[in-house]
Amino acid sequence: MARLVKRLRSGRYQLKLDAEERDLLRALPGQLGELLGSDDPSLHRLFPTAYTHDPALDAEYHRLMRDDLLERHRGALEVMTKTIDAVDLDEEQLLAWMRAVNQMRLVLGTRLDVTEDMYDTGMDVDDPRAPAFALYSYLGWLQEHIVQALD
Amino acid sequence: MTAPSPTRVEEPDVDDVAEPDRPWVVIVWNDPINLMSYVTFVFQKLFGYSKAKATSLMLDVHHKGRAVVSNGPREKAELDVFRLHEHGLWATMEHDQ
Repeated sequence: MARLVKRLRSGRYQLKLDAEERDLLRALPGQLGELLGSDDPSLHRLFPTAYTHDPALDAEYHRLMRDDLLERHRGALEVMTKTIDAVDLDEEQLLAWMRAVNQMRLVLGTRLDVTEDMYDTGMDVDDPRAPAFALYSYLGWLQEHIVQALD
Repeated sequence: MTAPSPTRVEEPDVDDVAEPDRPWVVIVWNDPINLMSYVTFVFQKLFGYSKAKATSLMLDVHHKGRAVVSNGPREKAELDVFRLHEHGLWATMEHDQ
């Protein structure tokens, strides 16, 4: 299996994505960045409950931390937007890609309501969710390669 | 997996003093989205765990539904939860039982 991300001797990481893949990814960080400020229910996994047993402490946690978390999420998406055509990335940039791709997977996966079984069974091509599931699967494949390169 | 909070009988005037000393545990919950390799990598990166320990924790999350990944005073636990949320993991914190 060809590696999409390869660690170079210099310590940088080569991104072996073709033009079609980059075009597929190009608009996603900006779109998700805009969605992040909204109260869209598919964002739930990006701002999870911290205190399951104590709603008051959880409300306080979100009051104090939500803006920081939003900023961290946005920061990763912005790095991905700026480096979408890059031939190679430094480690920090690749870590940002990793978090950005994961945000996309969490939002798409929430919308698709994915289950662990769906990875084995796949989805019927006639299913209206098939294009979104194909993108979700591609992002998982890319994420796997990013993690392998960093590990 | 949730359990009702234990009923604590405490004198109200000592509650504020006693609270900070009680340790907290940080729990990561299973979810169908995050990749197993990714979860293992995040445990190594955030907590400095060996590959073996991180893999074992990831498998606990996967098979048992949850795993305690760190513990400590409230401030440390909150920071760990924040860093896990930053990486998209489903983390919560509660008092050590």
